[in-house]
Amino acid sequence: MMYQILTEVSRWAIPLLLLIIPLYGALRKVPVYEAFVEGAEEGFTTAIKIIPFLVGMMLAISVFRASGAMEMLSSGLRPLTGFLGIPPEILPLGFMRPLSGSAVLGMATELMKVYGPDSFVGRLASVMQGTTDTTFFILTIYFGSVGVKKYRYSIITGLSADICGFIAAVYICHLLFK
Amino acid sequence: MLNYIWLFLLAVGIIFAAINGRVEVVTNAALKSARDAVELCFDLVGIMALWLGIMKIAERAGLVRVLARGLKPLMVRLFPSIPPEHPAIGAIIMNLAANILGLGNAATPFGMKAMQELNQLNNNSDEASTAMCTFLALNTSCLTLIPATIIGVRLSCNSTNPVEIVGPCIFATGLSMVVGIVLDYWFRSYSRWRSRP
Repeated sequence: MMYQILTEVSRWAIPLLLLIIPLYGALRKVPVYEAFVEGAEEGFTTAIKIIPFLVGMMLAISVFRASGAMEMLSSGLRPLTGFLGIPPEILPLGFMRPLSGSAVLGMATELMKVYGPDSFVGRLASVMQGTTDTTFFILTIYFGSVGVKKYRYSIITGLSADICGFIAAVYICHLLFK
Repeated sequence: MLNYIWLFLLAVGIIFAAINGRVEVVTNAALKSARDAVELCFDLVGIMALWLGIMKIAERAGLVRVLARGLKPLMVRLFPSIPPEHPAIGAIIMNLAANILGLGNAATPFGMKAMQELNQLNNNSDEASTAMCTFLALNTSCLTLIPATIIGVRLSCNSTNPVEIVGPCIFATGLSMVVGIVLDYWFRSYSRWRSRP
């Protein structure tokens, strides 16, 4: 029930926004098309500004990913994670979560194909995918778009929240699905 | 800090690739990532133009200000350094709303707009302002009510109940958002970084 409401909301959100905002603008005597074009122009320059930051970040992440370092790191941590009730298959997913959204989606899909979406591993992978965001990616493009190079404590805050999300996901899945 | 993380990822990656006897993957990964990054930006151009265009209409019509006024009590506490009813507040609210609804591609343009406004308040410095850090703490840990992508994947894998993970996701994202807000508050009030506005 709750879910039906939520999916309806997300299905209607964009069409309604695209209808209501220009309509309201016209009522307030805004030249809607001209305003739209004026705003849209900014989109181009902002997206272009991100390129150097994104190239730098994606370079480091994809080299790290391709090298197999993560698999070795994961197997090294296996005794600890086994103790905490984290399936070893899940660990690389946790490491990649803050770094790359598309990589994690691929890994989660793979796990669900191998173990089934309704297995414990499949469910945990789903919850982890739906929990928290790709922190590094967001910091890179958001700060990059305004040329900020010193992030202060942002990375620590973001990563700590990610780790808590990870632990919370493991905990809730043990509680509900085990 | 970022400098060290960047170097760590790159150096560890290359060393491990060498140990694993496949140093040539580094070459491929490096060249491909550079091309992918540019491609990704060009994908963003259209979406950014679309949403920033709509945002401009909302701004001119005074809608953004209405939104900012409505959530003022909350925003003043989260962002004490932003003047109330500043355009940044409106953009931040739009970004968080899009995140909560799982509208990822609308969230990014609103977020960039918010960063631009915050950047002006920060005098175009190359160091992040406190408000920027708070905004990104909220953004990266943001509560998601509808994890649409993963539900789609579960559906395609023939799950008997693809939406059963929604509740656990809300629990876990909610908790991580609380941690993000609390940590950010601690850093800006008590840590050695607090001196800056």
